[in-house]
Amino acid sequence: MTAAVSVDGVSRVYGTGRAQVVALDDVSLTVEAGQFVSLIGPSGCGKSTLLRLIADLDEPTVGTVRVFGRPAREARLAHEYGIAFQQAGLLPWRTVRANVELPLALAGMGRAGRRERASHLLALVGLADFAEHFPDQLSGGMQQRVAIARALAEEPSLLLMDEPFGALDEMTREHLQTQLLRICAETRAAVVFVTHSIPEAVFLSDRVVVMSPRPGRIREVVPVTLDRAGAADDLDELRTDATFFDEIAAVRAALLDGVSVAQAEGLG
Amino acid sequence: MSAVAGAVRQVLPPAVLLVGLIAAWQGAVVVAEIPPFVLPGPAAIASELVEFREPILSAAAVTGRNAALGLLSGGILGVLLALVAAALRLVDALAAPLVTALSAVPVVALAPVLYSMHGAGSEHARVVVAALAVFVPVYLHTLRGLRQVLPVHRDLLRALAATPRQAARVVTLPTALPFVFTGLRLASSLAVISAVVAEYFGGPRSGVGSFITTAAAGSDYAQAWAYVLGAIAVGLLFFTATSLAERAVLRRRPG
Repeated sequence: MTAAVSVDGVSRVYGTGRAQVVALDDVSLTVEAGQFVSLIGPSGCGKSTLLRLIADLDEPTVGTVRVFGRPAREARLAHEYGIAFQQAGLLPWRTVRANVELPLALAGMGRAGRRERASHLLALVGLADFAEHFPDQLSGGMQQRVAIARALAEEPSLLLMDEPFGALDEMTREHLQTQLLRICAETRAAVVFVTHSIPEAVFLSDRVVVMSPRPGRIREVVPVTLDRAGAADDLDELRTDATFFDEIAAVRAALLDGVSVAQAEGLG
Repeated sequence: MSAVAGAVRQVLPPAVLLVGLIAAWQGAVVVAEIPPFVLPGPAAIASELVEFREPILSAAAVTGRNAALGLLSGGILGVLLALVAAALRLVDALAAPLVTALSAVPVVALAPVLYSMHGAGSEHARVVVAALAVFVPVYLHTLRGLRQVLPVHRDLLRALAATPRQAARVVTLPTALPFVFTGLRLASSLAVISAVVAEYFGGPRSGVGSFITTAAAGSDYAQAWAYVLGAIAVGLLFFTATSLAERAVLRRRPG
């Protein structure tokens, strides 16, 4: 089976000469189909850049990015992935339903099919009753759920998420994390998830990719062994599981390895 | 009920103020015996308004038509050129200094020149003056609006592999629309002002501007004021029409 994402020897350099910034330096990473991988690290470690390269919103200076065996650009043009950003980025003049239907409409799907699919997706994210609302009538968490429904519209086998819960309060955040896990179990999509929250990365991921800044590199890949299948009835129970805390400690150690806390927080 | 009460509360104070001002004006004219060439009283103006209602109405129709044609042609031109300038950096670079220069020109000053170009019997010059006055704000606001697309929306369109045409229809144009209407709302008043003032500089004796000058020249001050009221009515009509159009189109927008 081809990997969902394979990044090979990728560097991304912005600017030239003295103003040159190395955002990513010789990064290689493979995400298997159906796998949930988080990218974590301090600001400036290139985690968002890496996600943008996979999405072909930006191009690597050196190296190759392949998505399901195809070059990133081809994969993008073939609608191989769904994407969600830190800002929900909904179109304020469209209803919630019309926002979710947007990717389908651009892909040329008929009205009836779009309607049916949007209804299903809105039910999936628990917003069936808000289909005819406008985004400004929804809370931030609800808007983000609409954005996730939109990302899932074309049933992608790969979801790219750039700190989608970053701007939300802790309660909403945990609620959406649990919903996201449930959705992933249902859709079997691979996920590349950028975050700077250690518990979030551990709770969601099969593997946590720990990155370091200046230049952006992968420092360590921490496998997570939470028993999600066993806790399927109540995923939130995992948050108090001893393994959960052990894994958090492991990621934390990898993040802080050899760096002062101030540097790790991007203050250095 | 409360909506009616709200409307009354909103409309009543300015209405009372207006009535009070008119009464004070009439009182001052009568008590102080102000000569009509300085300031005619509202009663005299009102009687002129009633007596000349038909010529005032037809003159207002001519001016209104000139302003409307100017608003339409200048508006369409402004939006189209802004679309081109937003798409082609070179056009923007070429047009920017010209539009800046044009915005500094008191467009009505061109009226005499245009009258000799188009012939003194034609209304064309007035339409052109109105169109030029309209073009500048519509062009500038539309161009600004076309540049307001949020980075997250740009990323989204790229991620969805939207074609340039799809991107324009789905995001760029809807984003720009409120700005287009701001430009049009400003331009609608400019269109009327330009059309009226252009009539001061010659051309056929047809619109309110021409009759204001004739009446004033003939020492018919109350009548001149009555025509001024006609011009004000046209201006308000234009402002109301564009505001209503704006509200209808942007019904479902936040903010």
